[in-house]
Amino acid sequence: MPRRLARPAIHAVLLLLAVAYLVPLAAVALNSVRSTEDILQTSMIGLPRALVWTNFSQTWSSYCLAEHCSGIRPYFLNSLEMTIPATIISTLLGALNGYSLALWRFRGDVWVFGIITLGVFLPEQMKLVPWVIVLRELGLFNTIAGLVLIHIVQGLSFTTLFCRNYYTAIPTDLLKAARIDGAGFFRIFWRIVLPLSPPILIVTVIWQFTGIWNEYLYGVTFAAGEQQPITAALIALSAHVSEAPHYGEQSAAVLLAAAPTLLVYLFGGRYFLRGLTTGAVK
Amino acid sequence: MTWRQRLDRALPHLVIWPPIVVSCAYALVFSAWTVWVSFTPSTLLPDYRWLGFRNYTAMLATRNWQIAYANLFIYGTCFVLLTMAMGLLLAVLIDQRVRAENIFRAIFLYPMAVSFVVTGTVWGWLLNPSIGIQKLVRDFGWTDFHFDSVIDRDKAIYCVVIAGVWQASGFAMALFLAGLRSVEPDLLKAAQIDGAGAWRLYRRVVFPSMAPIFIAVLVMLLQFAIKTYDLVVALTAGGPGLATTMPTIVVYDFMFQRGELGRGSAAAVMLLASLAVVLVPYALYRRWRDRRETVHA
Repeated sequence: MPRRLARPAIHAVLLLLAVAYLVPLAAVALNSVRSTEDILQTSMIGLPRALVWTNFSQTWSSYCLAEHCSGIRPYFLNSLEMTIPATIISTLLGALNGYSLALWRFRGDVWVFGIITLGVFLPEQMKLVPWVIVLRELGLFNTIAGLVLIHIVQGLSFTTLFCRNYYTAIPTDLLKAARIDGAGFFRIFWRIVLPLSPPILIVTVIWQFTGIWNEYLYGVTFAAGEQQPITAALIALSAHVSEAPHYGEQSAAVLLAAAPTLLVYLFGGRYFLRGLTTGAVK
Repeated sequence: MTWRQRLDRALPHLVIWPPIVVSCAYALVFSAWTVWVSFTPSTLLPDYRWLGFRNYTAMLATRNWQIAYANLFIYGTCFVLLTMAMGLLLAVLIDQRVRAENIFRAIFLYPMAVSFVVTGTVWGWLLNPSIGIQKLVRDFGWTDFHFDSVIDRDKAIYCVVIAGVWQASGFAMALFLAGLRSVEPDLLKAAQIDGAGAWRLYRRVVFPSMAPIFIAVLVMLLQFAIKTYDLVVALTAGGPGLATTMPTIVVYDFMFQRGELGRGSAAAVMLLASLAVVLVPYALYRRWRDRRETVHA
């Protein structure tokens, strides 16, 4: 540990930076209970003159987006309907994939793993046209089920990567012993691998949930109107209101859209960070 | 062998292979498909006749594509350098055994948990001169304060940089901090005994030993920069004019707004090529390093 720079100065600088980093969140949180007139008279950064809680009820259930006046509720529910199944299924399949790649080695497994990790780096733009065609063929265009399918397949590359790298650390002797005892593929998975997995499964679930909830390009390309997830609805919201801004309601909408992943971060920050570093560096 | 035993043998294969085949096919077949479409005259619908490189030459000649790449170049350079600088500063400060380290770390990293759409929208408001920071400062009495870059064609791209750095610097910080903490204590002690001051210690001993982490962060941030899409859509929608348009935006524009699937795909393939320029050397470097480590070990 290098010797300390001046201590109070360090704390002061850090504190200042922390405040700066918090400004966007604080501004949105405060604006979500301010009236739009209040915001327009002063600025986006300010304390509420009076608490306007109706912003939330308005934005949730009666705010107009294009011609639909149903608030952001349907889009928020779409995102939930999309994110929860896609997260669970892609994590389970990824665990199975990782298990067979790491512990049931077969010829060419390194190549297979390499190809799967390639999927992590490919830009979404390379997959748009094939997905349009595939979804049309399957009759899933403009459905939540279609988005779930996309996120499962897309997510498999990440979840396989996470789980495979985690499972390679399991000693093979353990498996050999189990096999001698007559345990098969599933029993070993169920009895040995899965009980060792909670840390990596939490990392994977958090990573998938955050990634899928926050995704925008697929949502806007493969769903329209009331089928869109919340990210696409937010863009439509801010594009639409430029003629008559409703910053109070919009701030409430932004806060609600950001809340699920922020809460996950708040309670699972440690695992979030682990996903970020393994996902990024490997 | 009874059918029961046969099923027991076959079942693992039935479970293992579909997800593996699907994820491999996804990476290979989908990419090949887009590459193929990029060589065809497809417009609104795919049309699989051979066109050669004409989509590529046409895309390279469009003003949108050229401007998008110029923007990406400016954005990528500023975003990567500033994010690394900011991340390193935060990591070094936090590494001084500060109080409430966890809270500081959590605060600097939370933007990574938020979507680009939210980041873009909120920064769009803060940078909007009539309701954002400019208005705030003017209301305090500095009435000719100017901070309206977001509506200025020459400066709007730097506004995207601000939002990007805000979001990604915590990520750089986290990786740098892990690097700072893994420097060998003996190395530090030796240098301290030699009487090196804090700054010299960092520059001469700590940072050089973190070179692999610098490279990893650099590559990841370059990758983020090339893939930047939703942030710009939410913040400026590529404007004013084409001032903040990005290659990713041009791809979407050609594919789904102009209905030029062939040209859009050609643009997507060129985007992939840009990523490859960053990622392939990195993959080779990693392999080289792993080999060297196994030789030494």
